[in-house]
Amino acid sequence: MPNISRAEVAHLASLARLAVTEDELTLFAGQLDVILTSVASVGEVAADDIPPTTHAVPLVNVFREDAARPCLTQQQALSGAPAAEDGRFRVPRILGEAS
Amino acid sequence: MTAVADLMDYEDVLARFDPVLGLEVHTELSTRTKMFCGCSTTFGAEQNTQVCPICLGLPGALPAVNGSAVESAIRIGLALNCEIAEWCRFARKNYFYPDMPKNFQTSQYDEPIAYNGYLDVELADGEVFRVLIERAHMEEDTGKSLHVGGATGRIHGAEYSLLDYNRAGVPLIEIVTKPITGTGARAPEVARAYVTALRDLLRALDVSDVRMDQGSLRCDANVSLMPHGATEFGTRTETKNVNSLRSVERAVRYEMCRQGAVLSGGGTVTQETRHYDESTQSTAAGRTKETAEDYRYFPEPDLVPIAPSREWVTELQATLPEMPAQRRKRVQTEWGLSDAELRDLVNIGAIDLITSTVDAGASPAEARSWWVSYLAQQANTRGVELADLPITPAQVARVAALVASKELTTNLARQVVDLVLAGEGEPDEVVAAHDLKVVSDDSALIAAVDAALAAQPDIAEKIRGGKLNAAGAIVGAVMKATKGQADPKRVKELVIERCQ
Amino acid sequence: MTDLTRLTAADLAARIQAREVSSVEVTQAHLDRIAEVDDRVHAFLHVSADRALNAARAVDEDVAAGREPASPLAGVPLAMKDVVVTEGVPTTVGSRMLRDWVPPYDATVTTRLLQAGIVILGKTNMDEFAMGSSTENSFYGPTHNPWDLDRVPGGSGGGSSAALAAFEAPLAIGTDTGGSIRQPGAVTGTVGVKPTYGGVSRYGLVAFSSSLDQAGPCARTVLDAALLHEVIGGHDPMDSTSIAEPVPAVVAAAREGMSGDLTGVRIGVVTDLSGGDGYQDGVLASFHAAVDTLRGLGAEIVDVRCPHFRYGLPAYYLIAPSECSSNLARFDAMRYGLRVGDGDGASAEEVMSATREAGFGAEVKRRIMIGTYALSSGYYDAYYGQAQKVRTLIRRDVESAFTSVDVLVSPTTPTTAFRLGERTDNPMSMYLADLCTIPASLAGIPAMSVPSGLAPDDNLPVGLQIMAPALREDRMYRIAAAYEVARDAAEGGPQIQRIPEWGVAVS
Ligand SMILES: [Mg+2]
Ligand SMILES: [Zn+2]
Repeated sequence: MPNISRAEVAHLASLARLAVTEDELTLFAGQLDVILTSVASVGEVAADDIPPTTHAVPLVNVFREDAARPCLTQQQALSGAPAAEDGRFRVPRILGEAS
Repeated sequence: MTAVADLMDYEDVLARFDPVLGLEVHTELSTRTKMFCGCSTTFGAEQNTQVCPICLGLPGALPAVNGSAVESAIRIGLALNCEIAEWCRFARKNYFYPDMPKNFQTSQYDEPIAYNGYLDVELADGEVFRVLIERAHMEEDTGKSLHVGGATGRIHGAEYSLLDYNRAGVPLIEIVTKPITGTGARAPEVARAYVTALRDLLRALDVSDVRMDQGSLRCDANVSLMPHGATEFGTRTETKNVNSLRSVERAVRYEMCRQGAVLSGGGTVTQETRHYDESTQSTAAGRTKETAEDYRYFPEPDLVPIAPSREWVTELQATLPEMPAQRRKRVQTEWGLSDAELRDLVNIGAIDLITSTVDAGASPAEARSWWVSYLAQQANTRGVELADLPITPAQVARVAALVASKELTTNLARQVVDLVLAGEGEPDEVVAAHDLKVVSDDSALIAAVDAALAAQPDIAEKIRGGKLNAAGAIVGAVMKATKGQADPKRVKELVIERCQ
Repeated sequence: MTDLTRLTAADLAARIQAREVSSVEVTQAHLDRIAEVDDRVHAFLHVSADRALNAARAVDEDVAAGREPASPLAGVPLAMKDVVVTEGVPTTVGSRMLRDWVPPYDATVTTRLLQAGIVILGKTNMDEFAMGSSTENSFYGPTHNPWDLDRVPGGSGGGSSAALAAFEAPLAIGTDTGGSIRQPGAVTGTVGVKPTYGGVSRYGLVAFSSSLDQAGPCARTVLDAALLHEVIGGHDPMDSTSIAEPVPAVVAAAREGMSGDLTGVRIGVVTDLSGGDGYQDGVLASFHAAVDTLRGLGAEIVDVRCPHFRYGLPAYYLIAPSECSSNLARFDAMRYGLRVGDGDGASAEEVMSATREAGFGAEVKRRIMIGTYALSSGYYDAYYGQAQKVRTLIRRDVESAFTSVDVLVSPTTPTTAFRLGERTDNPMSMYLADLCTIPASLAGIPAMSVPSGLAPDDNLPVGLQIMAPALREDRMYRIAAAYEVARDAAEGGPQIQRIPEWGVAVS
């Protein structure tokens, strides 16, 4: 059933923030098609009345007490930052508005 | 820059269209720690010092739900007359944005903790409008970005941005209304009244600071127009960045007029996110996205479902305080207010403040007097809501108590209030720091009275001659000499005493 | 003198406590071994010799002072898969994305190991972000199987399994999402255990697929794995999916099993995982021989059908990519890790996309895109939603099977170690390596691989997989230990010692 076009791969790549190359578009279009076709058999199982399993071990109501724990220091927080300034993470200009 | 939009006259909009509103309010909970980690939520800490592997989204970190936040969510749901889910989950809302450390927001999707409620909203003329609540769900806040370079310090034209994640992960409750119809001309007023009522309710529940100016209460306003008689809603816009109650009203009105102009000009309204600009009192479109958003929600696998027991829900129901509406009815009787007097108090948002001040020990008359006169003036001068003044009912009650025990005069009390408003600390700290106590030591006062009498012997003579009215001049001189820290009544008594 | 690198962890710990040997000597012997062979094996991405020797010294001081050992494994060296976060020690997850990342915190597993006095030698190679079955997806180059250096050591935890088989460490930590502990264990002739989901904290494991990931012990003997299991297992409030129950008594179970009697134990052979397309004859021969051995130990053997297991692989290849597409979104060049394409007015969005393109390898990108597709609106129900239902069906298969048997067995993987490069161009053929291990992952039940001799057709190791009900790890450890004793008795010594030497003299 799936038939993944290069355009669809490009759309997926943009949703996933991957600047894929032209060659990759072609490669991935082919591979995704094969993979998705072979996993599509999950649809063969008639499962309308089957509840989905999201957690292998069924737990509920796991809560943490509202008590403060030690934070990282500012230096630790920024230790991996590609760029920092004034105790903040420095990032390139942001084009879009938050969703 | 965005061109100024054409606006239709408000009356003309109403002549042709019915507005439909949808309001999404986000409130930051005042829990001690964040939604999914043990970092403190205190406002205003040094940047990136209230962060940990979890709220910074470091590889390997996992969330753990703050039980108090869940409790607050349920209490909010109950106060909004919602049903509380027997079973619900968190879900991931996937989208990339630099202020969001994991590039997904842990939120709730099709299984909110509370749903199907309502809030009765009282308008300025006393009419009650019922706003239906679609849902209230739990989620987490984002970090804050500072845009550097460019002319405006805004996102557009900035050279780069600086991120502080102290706010990332602070618990949020998002409260979404069902489409609000049937308001007609009162749409902007209903919007404002709803947010006001919600704010009062959240404050009564003591679950949030509800400070619109600090962002702990935020409103997104969805507005659309439909021609009279139409059965389908028009295309809506969502206006964000509405940071005050006044702006809620203005933003709705602006969008109605803007959309009215677009529609009557034969155009179509674009479904988009717009941003309210306080300075121009208008909305502007955000950058349009090339690709439609697809949040790819799925149940958060790092967290387990929440199944609040009915016993727990009943227990929490019992903890709900008196709701603002009931409270109004009660105080009207207790304080003997006319409908008009009550409405005046409601309209300036003073009822809860006054009752809280009374609860903190002040007499109803003193509490009312502080909030409706001196503090109302201060709020007016500052252009903020009464509730947003940086003084708490407890602090006002303390000042009133100091006046009642004659430790402060009314005059001194106002100075104390000014200093509290200036952020100098608690009333007692301010009194101590500025030495503002009434001079109650008679010997010091007698010395001042004697000095004043000696300085004005003719007046002293008149008083001795029985002209007690002349005492006023001496009292004035003593007050001046003691820099207003004396109790004028006591001074007068002493003047007469010393002249006998 | 005994070659310290050939001893079991239990033996080493005992000798350290008896002051026959110091932990520093044991640690140094393993560091020397790493220096000697790892240029050929490439099991390690990072060796922290100083830290290891300091930790060893602390244990020796405890012993000298007559203090109680911190754990039954105090002083024993361990190889840590590079997916587990270690404060102050690089954690790359086999990816270019985290090439220089030094975490400011420890995983719970790390903390527990350190508290137990276990000596962490360094971080082991793996398929990038644990996606793969051969370690060929590591940005830092593949690991080689010590049984045949031209073959893969399995994956994703091939570095950990190879380190054990090359005698570079007696213990290792792996993580298993669809088989990344068990399959490398099988193809290197070592023991690998995936505990019950929720049995070992996930806090500080760089997430691949949250609902499936589990850390677990890897060793050369069943008892060593059990000892390590008890160190790392147990409830952790930092992981909300962690089970608030005591760790199953696996050490006692392994010791019980070593008596060699399985009378009264009912073992189910999963017929759906024991033959058909893709199974190597030598693997099946080894498996049937292992089942015969179990029968010989007194176990009752029955055939069991698990009709939905065949949907496990497709369900897994929807669920794991879906979760990974979201889990890996945080690698965006803003807060840590690689950043490329900055400057010249590039926007955050452009830098994110360029960095993710450059920082992730082909398999990771492929899975992110499959996951993005499977979760997108319009496809969710048909893919992710349906896969989660399949998961329910597989769980039911397992539950019903465990009403009539104590454990289930199958081969761990359909073939022995394949050659490096053999499957890299064909993702689907690579995915088949996880065919037998995935059902237990989806069901959340514990499963382990124990070596079952060498395949008669290529003389390479084969693994016997044993699956048990949730939190009944004790059953599988008991059976595995009993089997191990019988296997070694039949073969005239531990299988692992038959590993060929490649020009390295055994002292
Ligand atoms: Mg939201
Ligand atoms: Zn935090």
